[in-house]
Amino acid sequence: MPANMPPSALLDVRNLRVSFPARGQMIPIVDGVSFTLNHQDILGLVGESGSGKSVTALALMGLIDAPGVQVTGSVCFRDQELVGMPQKKLRHLRGKEIAMIFQDPMTAFTPVYTIGWQIDEQIRAHERVSRQQARARTVKLLGDMGVPDPERTANRYPHQLSGGLRQRAMIAMALSCNPSLLIADEPTTALDVTVQAQILELIRSLRDTHHSSILLITHDMGVVAETCDNTMVLYSGRVAEYGPTSALFASPSHPYTAGLLASIPPLDGPRPLRLPAIAGAPPLPQNRPAGCAFSPRCPYAHTACTTALPPYIATGPDHFAACVLPQEGTPLPTRIRNELVQESPQP
Amino acid sequence: MKTSGKSAPILDVCDLYKTYRLPRRQELKAVDGVSFSVMPGEVLGIVGESGCGKSTLGRCLLKLTPATSGQVLFEGRDITHLPERTLRPLRQRMQMVFQDSYASLNPRRRIGDLLAEPLKVHPDAQGHKRSSAAIATRLQELMELVSLPTTALARYPHEFSGGQRQRINIARAIALSPQLIVADEPVSALDVSVQAQIINLFADLQKQLGLTYIFIAHDLAVVRQISNRVAVMYLGRIVEIGDADAVLHTPAHPYTAALTAAIPRPVTGLARPVPLQGDVPSPINRPSGCRFHTRCPYMQTRCQEEDPILHPIDDSGHEVACHFPLSPVASATHCNG
Ligand SMILES: Nc1ncnc2c1ncn2[C@@H]1O[C@H](COP(=O)(O)OP(=O)(O)OP(=O)(O)O)[C@@H](O)[C@H]1O
Ligand SMILES: Nc1ncnc2c1ncn2[C@@H]1O[C@H](COP(=O)(O)OP(=O)(O)O)[C@@H](O)[C@H]1O
Ligand code: SF4
Ligand code: SF4
Ligand SMILES: [Mg+2]
Ligand SMILES: [Mg+2]
Repeated sequence: MPANMPPSALLDVRNLRVSFPARGQMIPIVDGVSFTLNHQDILGLVGESGSGKSVTALALMGLIDAPGVQVTGSVCFRDQELVGMPQKKLRHLRGKEIAMIFQDPMTAFTPVYTIGWQIDEQIRAHERVSRQQARARTVKLLGDMGVPDPERTANRYPHQLSGGLRQRAMIAMALSCNPSLLIADEPTTALDVTVQAQILELIRSLRDTHHSSILLITHDMGVVAETCDNTMVLYSGRVAEYGPTSALFASPSHPYTAGLLASIPPLDGPRPLRLPAIAGAPPLPQNRPAGCAFSPRCPYAHTACTTALPPYIATGPDHFAACVLPQEGTPLPTRIRNELVQESPQP
Repeated sequence: MKTSGKSAPILDVCDLYKTYRLPRRQELKAVDGVSFSVMPGEVLGIVGESGCGKSTLGRCLLKLTPATSGQVLFEGRDITHLPERTLRPLRQRMQMVFQDSYASLNPRRRIGDLLAEPLKVHPDAQGHKRSSAAIATRLQELMELVSLPTTALARYPHEFSGGQRQRINIARAIALSPQLIVADEPVSALDVSVQAQIINLFADLQKQLGLTYIFIAHDLAVVRQISNRVAVMYLGRIVEIGDADAVLHTPAHPYTAALTAAIPRPVTGLARPVPLQGDVPSPINRPSGCRFHTRCPYMQTRCQEEDPILHPIDDSGHEVACHFPLSPVASATHCNG
């Protein structure tokens, strides 16, 4: 974020807990998540599938309404408390102040109307403008999002567009009311890499030209490294680590983050003979072990890890990890790229 | 084509086409003239974006889908025209592993029964029907090979995680001691931490059992980790093929260069290359001349008219289908600093 802006929080989440009922029990799927998202900042939310990324995003938007679900904690957006806010007020906020884009753009559009018509309607739902004025805005937005020939494209139906164009149209719709917060849940996961590169560039430009703050949800550490100012790593519904992206990648403080980075096959440099994989798989939320949820897979696990929840402590400027190691005075060594590299396999 | 000394290719693919007929007399050339060969014990990775024909090619190789024209020679024998009955004994020597670990396992059957099935149907190497004792021993061996406890044999598919189910699928694929395995996106549905385990397993089994793989994936880093050679596909055609590191680090085809540059690296502070513009064109109306010319930053008039054919650019087996291949220095955009 630019130096001339004070680092004030747009979104401040404290101890967010989302519990779903299962077999007469309440299972905390998201279990005490806290973080802040600053103005004009891109925060990456990474984690494996099932770690609670989407549930967190939906809870922030007040979109979780399954029967019996409990949402507790605090979500403070521009000094308004969203947890417990009446649906009517939330609905007004959504679309205007907070917008969301999904992995599958087809879910955002109705198949029976043109995309232009749907974006016009979205604008008119929040502002008193004529149909012509709305369409002019729609066409401009589509053009800004890199849609070629925006007038004509506005008159096409969702299924007539390629995946990349649909994603651009959905982002245009999300931005139509100039929201200050954009939540993007795996916006490029379904796209090819060459198209993904275009959309990521677009997302970065939103921060700079539209002054948007973005919560970018992904499971791809490469996408985070390229796009996000800050990064939060989720493991089994809890924050494992949070920090400035460059610090977190250069020197991860949590063994899970370090393990995740090490297990990615490198594209450049020599090939490791074997990938340093993390053994096992994440636990189901209902079978979370006592203490640190990562302990059954962690190479550094010891008694202190399984007796209580590890402390969430600072390991650097604005950098935190939920692990006993920093407190015990044995933090992880700085990540050295290629340290694990051995010789290339022979043909 | 690379012919290393005495041994003959295990797989030889000549001018393979697969055309799907669509309504309103439209045709979709999913595989559009593909030739390559693979030596025994080699791992050939096939990469490319969605819809470029990777899966169709994989299925044609094992004759799970009939090719429209062209030949597939398995151990020197043309299998494209073999009747299913003659093909049957060959089938156990070529197996396939798919992306969706759950869909390929019958949910109502125990793992032990699922794995025993092919062993009951196919005779052993001497042509004898396997005894139940022999089958039980083989099942234990298979569990050990894929690092699952033998207790897994008594359980059902839904009791396993995605990574474990993929181990079971791999056990089933190697049950009959095949020579060739075609794996179609076998780790794409897995999370990275689990994906690394399965890539290691593929690599271990390849060495231990001397297997040959055709390893299909859209993730270039995954493919490089396991492959000796890599083929890059675009709109039904191989546009570049060669040694894995040569293709991915010094690409000669502008598409390969754009593809490798577009992969986000898990490292901060790297310069970002200019992304390729536009989407992959529809395979129903593929562009004239070079199929990449609509997105290629190096396009010349000749490219719009003349379809480039795959030709060697050196004597290492590096081949490219481009009229103006990139020189190795110019193409090495992303190096590790
Ligand atoms: N049975 C079919 N009938 C008609 N078209 C088909 C059929 N199967 C595949 N296609 C088309 O053939 C082309 C190649 O498909 P294929 O599944 O081989 O691609 P792929 O490279 O495996 O893609 P992905 O990365 O998405 O798996 C696509 O355009 C696809 O839509
Ligand atoms: N409506 C629901 N009812 C019960 N469990 C749910 C519901 N939605 C999600 N979950 C569970 O919550 C966990 C986290 O899901 P999700 O947030 O979608 O993960 P991610 O987006 O990180 O892949 C998973 O175990 C999932 O099965
Ligand atoms: S608290 Fe213990 S088990 Fe958990 S990540 Fe830290 S060292 Fe590993
Ligand atoms: S033949 Fe021409 S258009 Fe095709 S890849 Fe080469 S330079 Fe580009
Ligand atoms: Mg999700
Ligand atoms: Mg496929």
